[in-house]
Amino acid sequence: MIIAERKPVDEIMEMLQDFKKVLVLGCHGCVSVCSAGGEREVEILASLIRLGSKKEGKEIEVIEGTITRQCDKEYIDSIDQWEGKYDAVLSMACGVGVNFIANLRPTDMVFPAVNTSFFGGSAEQGVWSEQCAGCGNCILHYTGGLCPVARCAKSLMNGPCGGSMDGRCEIHADVPCVWQLIHDRLERVDRKEQLTKVAPIRSWTTAGHGGPRKVVRDDLTV
Amino acid sequence: MSNFTPDIRAYCCHYTSQQTCADGPEGLKKDGFPDCVVLNRIPCTGKLQISTLLKAFEDGADAVYVVGCPEDKCHNLMGSQRAAKRVGAVKKALSELSVEPERAEMFHLERGFHPEFVAAAVEMHKRVSAMGPCPFKGEEK
Ligand code: SF4
Ligand code: SF4
Repeated sequence: MIIAERKPVDEIMEMLQDFKKVLVLGCHGCVSVCSAGGEREVEILASLIRLGSKKEGKEIEVIEGTITRQCDKEYIDSIDQWEGKYDAVLSMACGVGVNFIANLRPTDMVFPAVNTSFFGGSAEQGVWSEQCAGCGNCILHYTGGLCPVARCAKSLMNGPCGGSMDGRCEIHADVPCVWQLIHDRLERVDRKEQLTKVAPIRSWTTAGHGGPRKVVRDDLTV
Repeated sequence: MSNFTPDIRAYCCHYTSQQTCADGPEGLKKDGFPDCVVLNRIPCTGKLQISTLLKAFEDGADAVYVVGCPEDKCHNLMGSQRAAKRVGAVKKALSELSVEPERAEMFHLERGFHPEFVAAAVEMHKRVSAMGPCPFKGEEK
């Protein structure tokens, strides 16, 4: 899922300074699961905005809402239910959600309440880690299911580098060297042989360096 | 400021407040439990949400505190540890708003230990009286 983290309150208050009626809009998707922008976080942020404005002696009306997803047109359309009640939307979804509101609601002011961090998962309660970088040309079949694009600091295709020490990455002792993990794992499953092949120079054209990417599924377009 | 009576909201679990509640309002007063501390009893502090504590501030509280079981001896195993983390989140939120984080506090007390329960209320009363009204109540300052 997409992992996000709430922005500092003062940054949010600054975005909202010209507005009197704010719709704090959560998303029931990824950001609910990673506890950054679901119903519960909407309630907390709405409270913080009201408290912050009270402290500054300002009046602000905060409306709270959460929709199924902010990355689908049909759900964005459901923002109509608050029509006329807000003069700005503070989206707690990932950047996709904010973009979708901006795309589909041309005259709505929309602001991001979270920093969209990465694609990851949670193996331990309250801790999320990056697992995939969405490179558009997955090579996990060569690497035992462990991603060197997202999890190697240098995104090496033939690793590890000379900085790997005791199974740790040279950028930080807390970071496991994913190439060490790849070698260990392939050895465990008796497929280490496949690492003797040198991976060719990789084309990164699918990774977003050629502009915004798009997926079209013809069978679904009617 | 001299005639400031703080509005303090306490949230405590059934177990830590048992003895105190058995005492009744008269007994509490006699034992020195400050009048301005309002007790909210909940089955387990682990159920308490960050938003509940923030709403208390919205509602005019000068401080909030939570009383749960000792960290390693919670009646519901992890309840009081969870509460402590949420109080930590409220403290962080108060700091973000440039308000003293000491206006939120967590106490871990043995079950039914009444003098300590009163002492927590007295400590909060003393602390908040010294700090004055909560800045969220701007106009009363
Ligand atoms: S808007 Fe973002 S956070 Fe919400 S479901 Fe879609 S991708 Fe996930
Ligand atoms: S190789 Fe690319 S698509 Fe596959 S997991 Fe890594 S970043 Fe994601």
